[in-house]
Amino acid sequence: MAIWVDENTKLLCQGITGSTGSFHCKQMMAYGTKLVAGVTPGKGGQTFEGSVPVFNTVKQAVAETGANASVIYVPPPFAADAILEAVAAGVELIIAITEGIPVLDMVKVKAVLQDSDSRLVGPNCPGVISPGKCKIGIMPGHIHLPGRVGVVSRSGTLTYEAVGQLTALGIGQSTCVGIGGDPVNGTNFIDVLEAFNEDPDTDAVIMIGEIGGTAEEQAAAWVKANMKKPVAGFIAGTTAPPGRRMGHAGAIISGGKGTAADKIAAMEAAGIKVAATPAEMGSALASLL
Amino acid sequence: MKIHEYQGKEILKAYGVPVPRGQVAFTADEAVAAAEALGGSIWVVKAQIHAGGRGKGGGVKLARSIDEVRSLADEILGMQLITHQTGAEGQTVRRVYIEEGVDIARELYLGVILDREQSRVCFMASSEGGMEIEEVAARDPDAIKKEWVDPKVGLADYQARNLAFALGLEGKAVRNATKFMKALYRAYTEKDASLAEINPLVITGKGEVIALDAKINFDGNALYRQKDVLAYRDLDEEDPKEIEASKFDLNYISLDGTIGCMVNGAGLAMATMDTIKHYGGDPANFLDVGGGATTEKVTAGFKIILSDPNVKGIFVNIFGGIMKCDIIANGVVAAARELGLEVPVVVRLAGTNVELGKKILAESGLKLTAADNMADGAQAIVRLTSGE
Repeated sequence: MAIWVDENTKLLCQGITGSTGSFHCKQMMAYGTKLVAGVTPGKGGQTFEGSVPVFNTVKQAVAETGANASVIYVPPPFAADAILEAVAAGVELIIAITEGIPVLDMVKVKAVLQDSDSRLVGPNCPGVISPGKCKIGIMPGHIHLPGRVGVVSRSGTLTYEAVGQLTALGIGQSTCVGIGGDPVNGTNFIDVLEAFNEDPDTDAVIMIGEIGGTAEEQAAAWVKANMKKPVAGFIAGTTAPPGRRMGHAGAIISGGKGTAADKIAAMEAAGIKVAATPAEMGSALASLL
Repeated sequence: MKIHEYQGKEILKAYGVPVPRGQVAFTADEAVAAAEALGGSIWVVKAQIHAGGRGKGGGVKLARSIDEVRSLADEILGMQLITHQTGAEGQTVRRVYIEEGVDIARELYLGVILDREQSRVCFMASSEGGMEIEEVAARDPDAIKKEWVDPKVGLADYQARNLAFALGLEGKAVRNATKFMKALYRAYTEKDASLAEINPLVITGKGEVIALDAKINFDGNALYRQKDVLAYRDLDEEDPKEIEASKFDLNYISLDGTIGCMVNGAGLAMATMDTIKHYGGDPANFLDVGGGATTEKVTAGFKIILSDPNVKGIFVNIFGGIMKCDIIANGVVAAARELGLEVPVVVRLAGTNVELGKKILAESGLKLTAADNMADGAQAIVRLTSGE
């Protein structure tokens, strides 16, 4: 088992014929992900890599192939619409990799999502991987190791750093979820923690946050009240100055809220083992096993 | 993206949000001409810089004669205005805004911002206008009234009325405030704002509702569809190194320390800064080269880092995912050759094509220090730059 994606996931890709989409689709297929369809409006009828049919609409792709997950590589001006199309087609799991979607577009998408049964992961995220079973997104597959630790993070490369450390210590991962660095996203820490809490094949979780917003504080409160499994963590941005946006649209300390110190204090109060430096993320988790 | 107060008011006016009449001036002569054109007997001379706290810093003054407009414009134009948001060095004032005087009966606060927890746009109102909203929030959170906007409906009349009544408005002022807020919501959403702060929001003796100040920020991700907003960009208000970085699509923020950083990914870039600090160093910048960096981008990144005279060494920390380590290694080598690098450089590579990347660095004959992980790399650069 794992959460959300596994060997039974049938994936479609929106934006499959673009350069980013086609590159990563080949990588995902090489990893063993079951890519069953692509969608690019106007390019329906083509075939990707000789085996994956391309459709004009998500609705058609789902009807013809039974796809139950979609990964989105559509450029920012069209990405919100791509998410809405996947929601309307009833896709259960939508993973939006696209970075740079206008936040007010996401406010509208979020309102639509709340009235639907679809789960959105991202946008501006590396994706979701259940090592050895299914990789959806842009993460380097080879650094992962199948195992029993869940990983959830707001950042891409910092997630790779954590996974790399775990794998180096011989600690495998059940599923790794990048929830993305934008202020409005589909899936938050608590959604992922809940899923890991219920997953019989996940024994412990590492949660990687960063400055900005209060998602980590809320997650810490949830952990304190509900989590049955040990949790390690790290918060990036201890040294970030207030009022400066640190790359991610969501990573900004504003109005005195969202500091690393607040987040670390909340996590420690919830019994989460917080690594003092990012180099110690793997060992912090190892100390809990 | 930030714009000036007078630019924000131009946008608000176009949406029917009442603002005082005013004109921007770049010289004292223009300021006088503006005051004469506006007429009346009292004017406000307001420094236009992107930072807040201009009044407290001495950048907003009242003039009761045309002569006074001239002398105040002379005084304010060219001054280094220091506020709590500019840092100790302050910001040079290059434009002033000359505005008509307003009959102020009450000063209130109105803010519009994205509430991340609710994923909705939130209106915040407080009867304590002119104050820092953070101070009000810290002292008495109940003094701030909030309404969250359903994006499918927009700001409803009743929500605007709720805020108006909570602010203690009556009669005509309630209707004017409702119209004001609905127009402000349209401006906010149609222009892709990320913050709109009207502080103070003024109620006049006649019950008019006017934006006496306007601080509007915009979502950088939406500028592609807001060409008129982009035209308001004032490069004088931005760090030249950050402007240069933006040309290469690099995400760079200059900081006060001595160790330059080049990292892929925002989270890892922050974590790298934290690690340097942990080992006693001080980062000179945040630099995310992104996922699609080329040799040219890496070279540009090095140039920008090295244009900061405080930089004594550089730490390159790359975890290759989409980004391949050999591309970074080639970039590092090319930049080092081109720039005749004199400061120590520590390079840590991991992930995709790591062996190839390490080989390129080793065979370059350059004085680069290789590190196997982030902690080793951070310690090495701190040691190399501390003069030992």
